Amino acid sequence: MDTPSVRPGPSAPRARKANLYLAAGLVMTGLAVSLGVLGLFWTPYSTTAMSVPDRFAPPSLAHPFGTDNFGRDIFSRVMQGMGTTVCISVLVVLASAAAGVLLGAFTGYFGGLLDEVVMRFTDAVNGFPSILLALVMISLLGNGRQNLILSLSIVFVPSYVRIVRSEYLRLRDADYICRARLMGVNRLRVLFVHILPNILPVLSVSLLIGLNNAILAESGMSYLGIGIQPPEASLGNMLSDAQGYLQAAPWYALAPGLSIVWLVLGFSLFGEGIRRGGV
Amino acid sequence: MKKKLSSFLLTALLIMAVLGGCADGTGESSGDNSSVEPGGSAVVGIQQDIDSLDPHLATAAGTKEILFNLFEGLVKSDEKGNLIGAVASDYKISEDGLVYTFTLRDNVKFHNGNAVTAEDVKYSLERVSGLLDGTPLIAALSTITSVDILDEKTVQVTVGSANTELIYSFVAAIIPAGSGEEEGAAPVGTGPFSFVSYAPQESIVLKKNPDYWQEGLPYLDEVTFRIVGSAETALLELQGGTIDIYPYLTDSQAQTLRGGSTHQVAVSPSNVVQALFLNNAVAPLDDVKVRQAILYAIDKEAVNTFVGGGTGSLIGSAMLPTLTDYYTDLNGVYGTTANVEKAKELLAEAGYEDGFDLVIDIPSNYEFHMQTGEVIAEQLKEVGINASIHAVEWSTWLEEIYNGRQYTATISGITCDQTPGYLLNRFQTESAKNFINYSNPEYDAIYLQAQSAQDPAKKAEYYKQLQQLLTDDAATAFLQVPGNLTAISSRLAGYRFYPIYVQDMSTVYVTE
Repeated sequence: MDTPSVRPGPSAPRARKANLYLAAGLVMTGLAVSLGVLGLFWTPYSTTAMSVPDRFAPPSLAHPFGTDNFGRDIFSRVMQGMGTTVCISVLVVLASAAAGVLLGAFTGYFGGLLDEVVMRFTDAVNGFPSILLALVMISLLGNGRQNLILSLSIVFVPSYVRIVRSEYLRLRDADYICRARLMGVNRLRVLFVHILPNILPVLSVSLLIGLNNAILAESGMSYLGIGIQPPEASLGNMLSDAQGYLQAAPWYALAPGLSIVWLVLGFSLFGEGIRRGGV
Repeated sequence: MKKKLSSFLLTALLIMAVLGGCADGTGESSGDNSSVEPGGSAVVGIQQDIDSLDPHLATAAGTKEILFNLFEGLVKSDEKGNLIGAVASDYKISEDGLVYTFTLRDNVKFHNGNAVTAEDVKYSLERVSGLLDGTPLIAALSTITSVDILDEKTVQVTVGSANTELIYSFVAAIIPAGSGEEEGAAPVGTGPFSFVSYAPQESIVLKKNPDYWQEGLPYLDEVTFRIVGSAETALLELQGGTIDIYPYLTDSQAQTLRGGSTHQVAVSPSNVVQALFLNNAVAPLDDVKVRQAILYAIDKEAVNTFVGGGTGSLIGSAMLPTLTDYYTDLNGVYGTTANVEKAKELLAEAGYEDGFDLVIDIPSNYEFHMQTGEVIAEQLKEVGINASIHAVEWSTWLEEIYNGRQYTATISGITCDQTPGYLLNRFQTESAKNFINYSNPEYDAIYLQAQSAQDPAKKAEYYKQLQQLLTDDAATAFLQVPGNLTAISSRLAGYRFYPIYVQDMSTVYVTE
């Protein structure tokens, strides 16, 4: 299968291997995301109801992932937590990618002073460790779901600006763009109708990588007690709660921990599949 | 960065899971003290750095528990919470409660070898009471008006107003005359151990005081208090044998340690009163019926089981159950389990048939309170109160909630000293520490009567009335006195539990 990419197309054996990546990625993410989305609306047990006799039940048929220190079903909480984490990550990636595409398109295509200003600003944002920057923003804005999404989005904008800008820089002098300009096509149309579709392969891979980073960032923030507040479940805050019971109830930490690994691995494979030209 | 964080988490998980199984040791033998071999050393894990080595300036409970080994007052408390003579062998209080006469014990020596004189006692008391330079260092003792030396073994202290609980404040450390400036760097006291070294953020090392007045004590040659960063590190260090005693185990850690044979885990009542504090001045909690509904809705037994593993003692008012003479059991008033019907009924009477939203602020560094919050939020949902948890940083909590009183409900604990009236004092209308804004003129009047009562039985009676009032008014939802879980290495014995927050190392000895 050939892609409309400007780069030389991949050879046939690689494409077949790429499909394996893609298939594995699709299955893993599909399973996790559908379970998570389901978890936002329905779970086998209540995610908050507590029960003394059910405390620290090891995994069984009734509770596939066991129960936690409050006797809550961990599988239900993982479902809800996965949904929350995926939801937040998707929103973060969409918001930061949208801002990144806008800024990257204008700076890459037009260059000049705007380019200098925006790029130095992204350099500045990049200068800070991203989690640290998000932590500082949350401590200024206050704890909460919206602020978590906002601060993570801001932190992720520079990476998209860079990718999109370099693609626009590469394509702005391409023959078909020059011709379109000569024909008097509206500049905005050139930017978003003529160029944007051609950077989609690159952008989609970075979207998936971004999703991975967002999942890890959200989990990390919730683990640190910022972001999703208990009793609502998120993979990060479950992991944080579980660390006190690592030896008494190892399944408690394993469930959210492995779920994060599963999600991230799934999206990585998915992204790798696309990058190798599997679409 | 993000990748690093996650890989760190996973690695940490794996390492801790692997280390879990390593435990090996010998059985426990707690022989009687007559055959104790003195010598050896012990390491005690502590949670935070100390705030001052000067016993009169130290305020943190975590510092006082260490300084207990270095310093002694005229009197000190024993493990039952009673006062025994320390630097003073005996004391008399005059009929009107205004004059205290202390007889100094013979042969009490400072760590620098000098004998304790009446001059030293006079200097120490004048320093803490503010008679020396106008600034009282211990507020309760600022009532002292004069300290007189009657003879070289007798000191007479006159106070401005009678208060039978003042004697508990004479645990204030006695230091050598004129040494005030030096105490912070090189503390000298009369305690069972003397100071060796202090490395900030790291450890404080003490060695045996050979001249200690209690014959045969202490047993250990050296004691190190080491600051352990987190509870997780502490568990690993206990299992690795680098710390011997750790007094702040969580329930789950205790379960882990009980599985092995290297440590014994002892449960003792703490001196912390944990409560869901309700701001009596903020709607809808300004309505007594709403507060009563909350008290009915809370299942204290479940809180105790979920959060403390059942080691806490449930309480219904502001008094430690260990102060048996003053404590009255009021758990029955609202019950120790949830009474959903009654709670809903009261809410309806107050006009909140459909419930209301309640934000519970909790200091985020206290896992214990955070978990309690989760349990209580769930219980309140049963009666229609939509409770949510808002984690706040400790410094913010102190500033905005404790001092600023900008909150509706919060979960926290109050560390009490031995004075029976300590907790009751803060619920007077005008008290600066009355952060729940409780106001009841009857309460204020009885508190004043209790203060001036000389007869202990009478005083106890007043205190019981005060506890009853707090409960009847549903001033705040008192929950429990959590249990203290202490891990003690099997090679040590003789550790004693106090109803106050101290680590007495003088009776600890090595069994091997």
